[in-house]
Amino acid sequence: MKSIIVKNVSKKYKQAQALDNISVVVEKGEIFGLIGPDGAGKTSLMRILSTLILPTSGEAYLEGLNCARDYKKIRKIIGYMPGKFSLYHDLSVEENLNFFASVFGTTVRENYDLVKLIYAQIEPFKKRRAGKLSGGMKQKLALSCALIHYPKVLILDEPTTGVDAVSRKEFWQILKTLKERGITILVSTPYMDEAELCDRVGLIQGGKMMSVNLPSEIIKEFHHELFALTSENNYRLMKHLKERTNPHDVQIFGQNIHLINRKAKLSIEVLKQDLINNGFPNISISKIQPGIEDCFIELMRGTSD
Amino acid sequence: MRKILFIIQKEFLQISRNRAMLPIIFAVPLIQLVILVHAATFEIKNIDIAVVDNDLSMMSNKLTDKFNHSAFFQLRNIVSDVNEAKRQLEMNEVEVFINIPANFEKKMIAQQKVEISVVVDAVNSRNAGLISGYIKEIIENYNKEIFVSLVSDITQNKKPAKILTNKSYWYNTQLNYKNFMVPGILVILVTLIGVFLSAMNIVREKEIGTIEQLNVTPLGKFQFIIGKLVPFMVIGLLEFSIGLLIGKFAFQIPIVGSLFLLYGVLIIFLFTLLAVGFLISTLNNTQQQALLVAYFFMMLFLLMSGLFTPIDSIPEWARILNKINPVAYFLKINRMIILKGSVLTDIFKDVMSLFVLGIIILNLAVFRYKKTV
Repeated sequence: MKSIIVKNVSKKYKQAQALDNISVVVEKGEIFGLIGPDGAGKTSLMRILSTLILPTSGEAYLEGLNCARDYKKIRKIIGYMPGKFSLYHDLSVEENLNFFASVFGTTVRENYDLVKLIYAQIEPFKKRRAGKLSGGMKQKLALSCALIHYPKVLILDEPTTGVDAVSRKEFWQILKTLKERGITILVSTPYMDEAELCDRVGLIQGGKMMSVNLPSEIIKEFHHELFALTSENNYRLMKHLKERTNPHDVQIFGQNIHLINRKAKLSIEVLKQDLINNGFPNISISKIQPGIEDCFIELMRGTSD
Repeated sequence: MRKILFIIQKEFLQISRNRAMLPIIFAVPLIQLVILVHAATFEIKNIDIAVVDNDLSMMSNKLTDKFNHSAFFQLRNIVSDVNEAKRQLEMNEVEVFINIPANFEKKMIAQQKVEISVVVDAVNSRNAGLISGYIKEIIENYNKEIFVSLVSDITQNKKPAKILTNKSYWYNTQLNYKNFMVPGILVILVTLIGVFLSAMNIVREKEIGTIEQLNVTPLGKFQFIIGKLVPFMVIGLLEFSIGLLIGKFAFQIPIVGSLFLLYGVLIIFLFTLLAVGFLISTLNNTQQQALLVAYFFMMLFLLMSGLFTPIDSIPEWARILNKINPVAYFLKINRMIILKGSVLTDIFKDVMSLFVLGIIILNLAVFRYKKTV
């Protein structure tokens, strides 16, 4: 069963081409991640699906309803959470929830078992003004408000941006339980590590859908050797490696430098000796399995060249 | 329908939460009413005057006395040198001086023409006009008396023919300035509330992003607009009522006309104002922008409305422009109902114009709103 169907959708603003002929299908009850850098077109796509803007060309369907024509019906079955916290700051947690419930023609009590999971965590603060909540609590309140009418499709635009690591983890936990209830979730994120938590991910860049796949498949598509290197002076090492190889083949990953070998097989020993000779006596090198982040950088590199 | 009620409930909740807004809505306008009615008076009293008396006769004395006894004038000096009077005018010691020529009495008795020059500080041109008007009236009065006494000296039994002007001021018998001002200022207050609050409120939803959150709900645009307009309508009505009560009891304004009619027109007026505010909100994205634009329209509306200047004296093109000024209509209607007791047939044309104007502005706003959001 298909929940979201996007067919050759393009969106052109006055100057920029935000979406360029995008097609994607999301299955029912799936967590689909839209991954891409800022300005890739994630928000534009989500706003089209949320019936906030119209595509310049192409068509989009949600639960069999056309996003342009049947917007009234769609609005009853989707929950949308924009990237920016957009609830009433001067209303309390409880009042916000009640208000959005009433706008959807329902009550908090009616769907309480669905929101309970999340709302229970912020209920102790229900008298507090929404504007005075912490970032993580704001997200939970926003999600509660988006869920209050038991939507069939949940569209979340960068829900974990600006949220601490613990809250992010909790948030993804919640998404998993919502999925079990049969809710289709379309979520965008700039964090690569969250991609692995999705059922499928779409990599979007420059308004184009680069790749749509299971996170594990995306890793399998990485065919090169990958090394993690570290020395006492990573900056100098980075510079040195960039001069020796294609500059796109090296990336800094926290404490390590990842080196992608696109050429013939490379032995660690040879590489190590070479670097020691070049003034990196304490170099440590290991061959590693690529993470999803390596794959995305590799995919993005393919387009920017 | 129930959804509209929820929006209205939410609006009132938010208004009651806003600690900065509440005093602005209720206290400020009332303070303005009390202060403005006293301060924004067009009457001028205690005008400092100097008299240059080159004649020093009984008759010139009598004329000087007239000024001394007038409530409008404060006789500062009687000088004999015109240059001294000029100096005083330049130094702002007096606002006006009159120059009584030599041989004033002689010429008067000989029934010759005498010219008295009046020099007014015309930095404030309207004041200058009023002052010269007052002076003219005093001199004419004096002239009449002198004429009568002169004539009656000569022919004791023959009364001279003279024209008496008998003035009577209708609808404001005592020419009470406050009667004129209170209804006018009430209109300003309602205008302020109507335009500013509605414009700012909707732009605020845009700024915070809540409007987008509402747009993905089944809440219709019509429901949203009605839910927004009703609370401000209620506040506007409340505001006007408080002001009217103050006018009635603190300033003893006679309310001659039908209150029912007055409130009926007020609702149409508020509706037009809210539409203006709503239109402004669709044209702007931040509260700052909206505030400045609203301010611009407020100034135009108020200054052209006839509150401070009679509409009849403004140029033709401005009068045409005033056809789209809701404040001008309501100011006129409001005064007519309160002071004159006009009934619907008297004001029908203006009420209809106001109503049509409101419908047009609202449609523009709805059109813009649908296009942008």
